[in-house]
Amino acid sequence: MEDIVAEIKHVKKSFGAKEVLKDISLTINKGENLVIFGKSGTGKSVLIKCLVGLLQPDDGEIILFGKNINDLKDAELNDVRKKIGFLFQSAALYDSMTVRENLEFPLRDLKKSSAEDMDKLVREALQNVGLEEAIDKMPSELSGGMKKRVGLARTLILKPEIILYDEPTTGLDPITSKEISQLILDVQKKYNAAAIIITHDVECARITANRMMVIKEGITAAEGTFKELSNSEDEWVRSFFQ
Amino acid sequence: MPKDNQISTGAVAGNTLAKEQPSTSAFKSLFEEVAGISVFTMHFFRELIRPPYEFKEFAKQAYLIGYKTLPLVGITGFIMGLVLTIQSRPTLAEFGAESWIPAMVSVSIVREIGPVITALIFAGKVGSGIGAELASMKVTEQIDAMEVSGINPFNYVVVTRVMAAMLMLPVLVIIADAIGMYGSYVGINIKGDVSFHLYFLQAFEKLEFSDVIPATIKTFLFGLAVGLIGCYKGYNSNKGTEGVGEAANSAVVIGSLCVFIIDMIAVQVTTLIYN
Repeated sequence: MEDIVAEIKHVKKSFGAKEVLKDISLTINKGENLVIFGKSGTGKSVLIKCLVGLLQPDDGEIILFGKNINDLKDAELNDVRKKIGFLFQSAALYDSMTVRENLEFPLRDLKKSSAEDMDKLVREALQNVGLEEAIDKMPSELSGGMKKRVGLARTLILKPEIILYDEPTTGLDPITSKEISQLILDVQKKYNAAAIIITHDVECARITANRMMVIKEGITAAEGTFKELSNSEDEWVRSFFQ
Repeated sequence: MPKDNQISTGAVAGNTLAKEQPSTSAFKSLFEEVAGISVFTMHFFRELIRPPYEFKEFAKQAYLIGYKTLPLVGITGFIMGLVLTIQSRPTLAEFGAESWIPAMVSVSIVREIGPVITALIFAGKVGSGIGAELASMKVTEQIDAMEVSGINPFNYVVVTRVMAAMLMLPVLVIIADAIGMYGSYVGINIKGDVSFHLYFLQAFEKLEFSDVIPATIKTFLFGLAVGLIGCYKGYNSNKGTEGVGEAANSAVVIGSLCVFIIDMIAVQVTTLIYN
């Protein structure tokens, strides 16, 4: 039990008449990579947005580091969020800021940090994703893969305990996708952070998953390791891996 | 705890509206819009007094909103003064009252035309810019990214822009008024010969504090309205890239409408106070 960093219990979420999440429960342990699979529109992104408090579930509980986020005040929720990194599908880099400013942005609350300390943290985070040379570039000057790397560097700069990856390889070529997947694995080893990875990319899942979960029509359809699910007796589940 | 149920509310509202009569749905969406803007405005004032105060971002926005709008406002102000002078000259000349032109133009520009025209230009440039920028930030998940970093995006994005708009518009109006009066001086000298000193002596002779102060106060309100509407439309945009254009467009339309409504109320209040 001590290893559980996040727990979702019977979460439901609807948008108007459309029930996106019908009843989802999951737990994630420290240092574990959980890959969530499912067709588009099955609520995978909604699930992680609920987890981080960007969307409020209609029902159910979300427990992060032992705290039910429904009971937290804004300031407390912000403190919890600082332990969570979120790599958005579009990388979500602030396009009016340079790469350096993008990475410094989450560090704003570390008022005691000197300019040298900030610079060191920024360079270290960029080194971890192999993009130190892009430090003074604008997001518009970066390729899709570079944006994802910078987004990941920004996520890593606060040394999060949980990292949420929303389709990290979508829109990238197979080689860059593989590099990003490898990077996710490296991050897991280096930071020992738990991760939830939303993806449709089988190769990404194969490389990164310790455990997998398949969502079908708002409920958990299957759970297991990559090998178990790819050899599942359920044809629908197996079809994802073909 | 977390907020955000916009998509859900929007979808429900959409379904309900589709079944209703067009006139009813138009009224309903008008009231929803007014309620949305009111809640957004209250949120703005609540966040305004709550730290942290984003001075650096405010200074950046003040520069972008104020300095970058200056050339457009300057040209408009000059043309405004010049045209007003040229158009009113023949009528005043009929009564032998050409010497009244500086006073008439200065009072017109300072009390009404300067603030309103500048605010409309401001709504067109700044309001649409803010609406499009925030909607684009929303579409590309930049606002969500701020939120998950533990930074209050409303404070950082909305409060700074609205404050910059509110404080920069009066400055722009004062500059536009001054340039407008210079335009009028140029207009007078197309067919006449009035010295710069005499022109401004006549122009300021009829200007009183009761002309300048209410006009300046209302420009703060114009700036507040344009900034708030631009931010409201951008921040609540949820239709993807289509929403960016829609946010920019409606920020200009509603912002301009608000300028006229505030002007109408300000004129009534000023009349009540000074008469």
